[in-house]
Amino acid sequence: MNSALSWIKAYVPELECTDQEYFDRMTLSGTKVEGFTRLDKNLEKIVVGKVISIEKHPDADKLIICLVDVGTETVQIVTGAPNVTVGALVPVVLDGGKVAGGHDGGPLPEDGVEIKAGKLRGVDSYGMMCSIEELGSDRNFYPEAPEYGIYIFKEGSVKPGDDAVAALGLRDTVFEYEITSNRVDCYSILGIAREAAATFRKPFVPPVVDIKDNGEKASDYISVEVKDTDLCSRYCARVCKNIKIGPSPEWMQRRLAASGIRPINNLVDITNYVMEEYGQPMHAFDLDTIAGKKIIVRRANDGDQFQTLDGVVRTLDSEVLMICDAEKEIGIAGIMGGENSKITDDVKTVLFEAATFNGPNIRKSAKRIGLRTDASGKFEKGLDPKNALDAINRACQLIEELGCGEAVGGVVDVCEPIKDEVELPFMPEKYNNLLGTDISAEEMLGYFAPLGITYNKDTNMLHIPSFRQDLLGQADIAEEVARFYGYDRIPVTLPGGESMEGGLSYQMRIEKKAQDMAENCGFSQGMTYSFESPKVFDKLLLDKNDPARAAITISNPLGEDFSVMRTLPLNGMLQSLATNYNRRNKDVRLYELANVYLPKSLPLTELPDERKMLTLGFYGDGDFFTLKGVIEAFLESVGMKELPEYDPKAVRNYLHPGRQATVSYNGTVIGYLGEVHPAVCANYDMKTRAYVAVLDIPAIVPFTTFDRKFSGIAKFPAVTRDISMVVPKSVLAGDIEKMIRQRGGKKLESLKLFDIYEGGQIKSGYKSLAYALVFRDMEKTLADDEVNAAMKKILNGLESMGIELRS
Amino acid sequence: MKEKLEQIKQEALKRIQESTDPERLNEIKVAYLGKKGELTSLLKSMKDLAAEEKPKFGQMVNDTRSAIEDVLDEAKNRLESAALNEKLKKEVIDVTLPAKKPRMGHRHPNTIALEEVERIFIGLGYEVVSGPEVEKDYYNFEALNIPADHPAKDEQDTFYISGDFLLRTQTSSVQIHEMEKGRLPIRMIAPGRVFRSDEVDATHSPCFHQIEGLVIDKHVTFSDLKGTLDRFAKELFGEETKTKFRPHHFPFTEPSAEMDVSCFKCGGKGCRFCKGSGWIEILGCGMVHPHVLEMRGIDPEEYVGFAFGVGLERIALLKYEIDDMRLLYENDDRFLNQF
Repeated sequence: MNSALSWIKAYVPELECTDQEYFDRMTLSGTKVEGFTRLDKNLEKIVVGKVISIEKHPDADKLIICLVDVGTETVQIVTGAPNVTVGALVPVVLDGGKVAGGHDGGPLPEDGVEIKAGKLRGVDSYGMMCSIEELGSDRNFYPEAPEYGIYIFKEGSVKPGDDAVAALGLRDTVFEYEITSNRVDCYSILGIAREAAATFRKPFVPPVVDIKDNGEKASDYISVEVKDTDLCSRYCARVCKNIKIGPSPEWMQRRLAASGIRPINNLVDITNYVMEEYGQPMHAFDLDTIAGKKIIVRRANDGDQFQTLDGVVRTLDSEVLMICDAEKEIGIAGIMGGENSKITDDVKTVLFEAATFNGPNIRKSAKRIGLRTDASGKFEKGLDPKNALDAINRACQLIEELGCGEAVGGVVDVCEPIKDEVELPFMPEKYNNLLGTDISAEEMLGYFAPLGITYNKDTNMLHIPSFRQDLLGQADIAEEVARFYGYDRIPVTLPGGESMEGGLSYQMRIEKKAQDMAENCGFSQGMTYSFESPKVFDKLLLDKNDPARAAITISNPLGEDFSVMRTLPLNGMLQSLATNYNRRNKDVRLYELANVYLPKSLPLTELPDERKMLTLGFYGDGDFFTLKGVIEAFLESVGMKELPEYDPKAVRNYLHPGRQATVSYNGTVIGYLGEVHPAVCANYDMKTRAYVAVLDIPAIVPFTTFDRKFSGIAKFPAVTRDISMVVPKSVLAGDIEKMIRQRGGKKLESLKLFDIYEGGQIKSGYKSLAYALVFRDMEKTLADDEVNAAMKKILNGLESMGIELRS
Repeated sequence: MKEKLEQIKQEALKRIQESTDPERLNEIKVAYLGKKGELTSLLKSMKDLAAEEKPKFGQMVNDTRSAIEDVLDEAKNRLESAALNEKLKKEVIDVTLPAKKPRMGHRHPNTIALEEVERIFIGLGYEVVSGPEVEKDYYNFEALNIPADHPAKDEQDTFYISGDFLLRTQTSSVQIHEMEKGRLPIRMIAPGRVFRSDEVDATHSPCFHQIEGLVIDKHVTFSDLKGTLDRFAKELFGEETKTKFRPHHFPFTEPSAEMDVSCFKCGGKGCRFCKGSGWIEILGCGMVHPHVLEMRGIDPEEYVGFAFGVGLERIALLKYEIDDMRLLYENDDRFLNQF
């Protein structure tokens, strides 16, 4: 919400402060100011001048030479403006002054435009006459300004030498407020002025509403029936007759302009003015268009068509509240009036409406109809019913004061019982306990009075005014105390109470370990979105019935690309690798630690299983076994001492059919790894081999431990035996090792593959493997025959697998 | 005999001095001190001496032997160290050649910032907890005092799934889960992903992170909230950091506040970074609304609490001077390697 400081000051006449002080103190007391703009920014040495004479320029057809009386002297100014006449009163920027912008009305330069004396086509010119655009505004806000040319003051309103900037109402500052949704009352000048008065401890002087009226009765002109009282708790109607449409006074135009509202005519301006001032939107109907002199407030029928006053035909439904006359719909309640009852320049009698509509209903209707207006924006916050009557009376007062017409006496007021105003016991100790302060009861009461909160000493009750719909409980009162005591003055302490043990959860500690290990192995952490396109499933070559396709769908996504919650963590990883690849980054290694979302049923009937996945991916330096190494290093680091098992069955379409494995630990699947299928790489525009591994953290956690036990350092020497064998390529090294381990028993300390070879001397379809086996006894030096016995068992075992040993 | 002994000694010492090679020294050692060496043979000739002279002569021979041995050792050390020095001279390397760095990965700036925050609050006795990202309306809104018709439900631009299910818009939902556990007092932070329907640009992302904080205990005050967050800001941005609390509104806290910190770039003088104000908005906070406690069955007459919510990306962007939020989700290696 934007408004001129001068308008606020109109109701806090003793308020004196700099713009910055106002900004700071209002923000600290809770009326947040986003920023402020001085309307006279870059307007320097600009006075009112009177054109005394005009001559043609000797060398230029389109230029004229004017002598201008600027009060203290008469200066010569050359101009090309077509609308300057002798006697015209114009804004003149003198030599060395500044204007805000160019006459084309383009964006205003930060430092304005300096004006210096100079020659135009050889003739001296000592300044410049200004258009409204050069003064930083435009015809929207100064409708009297000419479309092209110099701004001309109204005869008699100013005299030469006057401050032209002040005369235009530009010695002012527009403040932009961020009003929080609970402070409906502050979406109005009066609300902000009340806060300003309380903040600066100055008297708040709201307008005194006093209507003379013509002695007639509004109820003779109009009757009102509210059928749907759930959506309209109050409807006030007043009538003004003998309307004379014309421009509103300049002060009103200036205030509206500063609030960003274009002045139109006295009648429209009055309704807008009251809407800003009171925060209560109003509507004006041409009474002569209202059939049966009757207003009926009711819901529309599904499918009704209605033309709003912007000329657009809108389709309604049965939850939209309508204002109707005896025959037809004449306005969408709280949103926009109808074309059929709108005010025209020859209006004679006006019906003013100020009503209180149901906020959520207006909000939803505006959304459904697709028409959000200034009025609906105010109504949707839920207005104070008392405000409606005040506002409609204020409007009639302005009609009278501005000579716009005569007010008919009385209000037709259809009103549901207004909720009792809130009363709360005054509990100063409670407020101090909550805030950690020691503020006296008297001081607190001093804060309340300017806010309109009154105190009854006999009952110890605080009476909350109706416009403060946000004050419902003691915590709300404590906030009022805090605001006006000053948040900055509240002490700074740390909580006492019993000391508590903080820390990470066990799974979080495992996750940190995973991160450490991934980073130690050269992988950097990436982050990707949780939602992705459903097309991802095809990119990953998933079968049509792959369970991973059962993903949670967002009903209002930002677009298809962000519409399903990922069930696999691979798309983000591959996308990120591809980004790097296409930017020519070499040897990129990434990991991500994030959730996948596995629905237990679709549509959801309970929360999905959110599983934290560690995903590793890389291209460039390294291969399948690099990732396998990272997995094992990680498992070891979290106390998983057994070796995981690797099942090579090609069960994942997105991985290379011959280079993938499912990883299990103690019979539980904990993840998988493999080379990305070249077709998938191609789908991600990667012309390189890429590798990924995915570990399911919750599946791993039960096997982890941070316990460590020292098992001693071997004192006795080890015996090493090498074996070498030729095996069919289809035999897995893992199975051979498993056999060796099983048969080797406790004394087999380690085994290490030191050679693997295919081709050459090895018959085709076979591979040669060579292992170094290390035997050791922790208790004594191993005897040869013990080792021989163990070796024999191992060799027998291998032979039973059909493995041929090489000497 | 005595002269002979002296002559042998002088001769040996001279030869030792002249040697430039440790091998030569060995030969000298053998020649004089060995089994067939000159001193040994001199000792052998001792049998010709009178009995009373034998011990005296023996002593003299031994003295000579040890004198020669000492000089030999000294010469050996000298020659060996000279040889070593010679060898080391040849092994000179150019220490300015490039280092062989082990390849290390880097943590994401979000995580680095998060771990800073976690460290601070764990030090203050806070437990780190987490909650679901796909959430029920109740936890994200209703239990946080945001009823069905509340405009905040629109303002937050929620991603809805179906029925009651949505993507949480704030980690505040974890407050409710913690209260449901029924363990009091509570001191927790809950970092996690949140989702809002914002188009991607330099300062917005539909998927980002927050850190929620919640303390519930018997005697907690607004001044404790101020003190805690002031401590937090100083630890995170430096001891010289100042904090400013401004009134604000959140449905689930009352009183509510927003906290600004003095701009750590200009120290509060005003710069481009803080848009000239000298202050940077960092978080929202407040005293837990009594109604929120009540709905969870906690007696607001007995227990009070405070809560706060920090945008993780906001901290990461500010602290590491990252000028575009999109960089956080692109995972360009050249970006990640800078952290």
